[in-house]
Amino acid sequence: MTSAQAIAATGEVARHNRRPHRWLAAAILAAAVAAVASIVFGSRAIELSEVWRAITTGGDDLAAAAVRSRIPRTLLALLVGAALAMSGVMLQGVTRNPLADPFILGINSGAALLVVIGIAFFSIQSMTSYIWFSLTGAGLAATFVYVVGSLGQGGPTPLKLALAGAATTAALGSVTTAILLPRIEVMNVYRFWSIGGVGRAENSDTLMVLPFIAFGIVLCVLAAGTLNVLGLGDEAAAGLGIDVLRTRLIATSAGVILAAAATALAGPIGFIGLVVPHLVRLVVGSDHRWLLPISAFAGAALLTVADVVGRVIARPGEIEVGIITALIGGPVFIWVVLTKTGDQI
Amino acid sequence: MSALERPKTTAAAIERVATVRRRATFRARVVNGVLIGALLLAFSFSLAFGERIYSAAEVGRFLAGQPVPGAAFTIGELRLPRALLAILAGAAFALAGVTFQTLLRNPLASPDIIGITNGASVAALFMIIVVGASGLAVSAAAVAAGIGIAFAIYLLAARAGVVGTRLILIGIGVAAMANSATLYLLSSASRWDLQGAMRWLSGSLNLASWEDVAVLAIVSAVLFPAVLALGQGLALLRLGDDQAAGLGVNVERSRRLLVLTTVALAAFATAATGPITFVAFMSGPIAARLIGPRQQVLLPAGLIGALLVLSADLIGQFAFSNRYPVGVVTGVLGAPFLIYLMIRSQRVRGSI
Repeated sequence: MTSAQAIAATGEVARHNRRPHRWLAAAILAAAVAAVASIVFGSRAIELSEVWRAITTGGDDLAAAAVRSRIPRTLLALLVGAALAMSGVMLQGVTRNPLADPFILGINSGAALLVVIGIAFFSIQSMTSYIWFSLTGAGLAATFVYVVGSLGQGGPTPLKLALAGAATTAALGSVTTAILLPRIEVMNVYRFWSIGGVGRAENSDTLMVLPFIAFGIVLCVLAAGTLNVLGLGDEAAAGLGIDVLRTRLIATSAGVILAAAATALAGPIGFIGLVVPHLVRLVVGSDHRWLLPISAFAGAALLTVADVVGRVIARPGEIEVGIITALIGGPVFIWVVLTKTGDQI
Repeated sequence: MSALERPKTTAAAIERVATVRRRATFRARVVNGVLIGALLLAFSFSLAFGERIYSAAEVGRFLAGQPVPGAAFTIGELRLPRALLAILAGAAFALAGVTFQTLLRNPLASPDIIGITNGASVAALFMIIVVGASGLAVSAAAVAAGIGIAFAIYLLAARAGVVGTRLILIGIGVAAMANSATLYLLSSASRWDLQGAMRWLSGSLNLASWEDVAVLAIVSAVLFPAVLALGQGLALLRLGDDQAAGLGVNVERSRRLLVLTTVALAAFATAATGPITFVAFMSGPIAARLIGPRQQVLLPAGLIGALLVLSADLIGQFAFSNRYPVGVVTGVLGAPFLIYLMIRSQRVRGSI
């Protein structure tokens, strides 16, 4: 059996006749509805007809300005949500670990630390510099957590990885704070960035990070098929002609790049990468070729909805989306822990 | 005879065990003595040192109740409550940490990693910002939240069978949620200054007052002896449940009482200083290394906790051109140790 056939075979097994096409359509629809909701609802209540007028004919009153400011924000939320969800799919697939998430694994905190170092010591200001620092930090943190979490018996078990991630997050967070405290002006930028939000979106920033996300998506697509086979175990996958090391490298890079790009844009937003793949897996099974695109759209939808909720429930202020996702994601994390049997933990 | 030679008779074997034990006990006494000495030294230093430096004689006279010019405010109102709070909170965090680590047989299972102090912090902050309460009401809410969260984590973990690892993972999830809630409460407060924020995120002594000291001192006077007494069983619990039960420890009852007391301690300390990073987690393992195996680890852990907070606060205040809150210093100092322990605990299971 060639590796292509092997991939196809495991895909057939994983698919279980769960009508993934329909779920993909549903996810796309959900993302579209979320995007519309994100433009219509906000911390300022605006009539539907006003919204329509602002989009079609322009206008320079407050309502029109508010509606127009929601458009870059919506685009950013869709993009970041998709990137984080795909990152979660890759990291969960490659570590065969149900708790893998860029936030839990400390990848966000590595990106955050390097961005703060960049602002404080190298006076970086542009989004392009942010993304490079963010990528470096995310890569270093991911490598470190993975290495530490893999030591000892049993390889990278969920418990070891989660603990390594939590500990690394705590450690890097302290260093970040120590750098920030004497620098009030950096602190003022960071303290809002650190919560994780899409409220300060600029289309130009989003565009600048877009190539990184596109590159991440290409890597995801390359890895998706072989990840199915990797799910059978390293030896079985190698036996079926898969280059295990290369698959792991591609999938991990994809996960890290996507998480780093999302973090550079929106700050550390937790749990989207954990929650979305789990929910999608419930309905379409674990064929990565479907899991990946459906998760991308579902993640875009979820993050956008979370942002809308944060804007609506705290009127006239707003709750940053990072807080909403943590409050949704925490219970889902606990649910995942509870549903796994002993040897998976 | 040398303790290392192979004993030839039963009497010789008994003699050898006795020698080893005497040495271990002696070592424990020396370690505790040195720690108490170091703590006293750090305490006097923290009273004497600052913007205005007092001599040892002046500090002594002030403590004896004699008038020293200017000291009534600088020492009496600023440094003394700060130092006392550091000692009490440090010891409280350490006792809570070492108890959890021993009971769950994992060095990473301390209340600051599994979300208990973070939860207490959220409750305290909620009372201050939303309800507008202060003093004892804040402490009470923090304690109630700490115990409630510990109970909830325990119930969730116990329901699914295996307690240890699940409990830690669930705790990590709870800690992440609690930290988000803290950030939200801080950002939604009408106006918040950095000191206040740092206190609830990583712990700070900058707002120490006699009121905080009084509450924590009364609580400690009741709970420290209780923990130390219950801890007699804890040393046996380190051997494992079955062995401990065989040696006559009522395992479940000791465990519940200990958890309840130490969660209360950690929560009261959090209400006073915020969750000072890594103190709960670091003190026990350091103590276990200093004092050696099979010795009572609670007392040295408490002393180390107090010493850590006190000296980290001195470092944070005076070692750099900027003043850092104590939690940031313990966080940076603790980070490498945390990583070392994490690596080590992968290889050697079941011990601190």
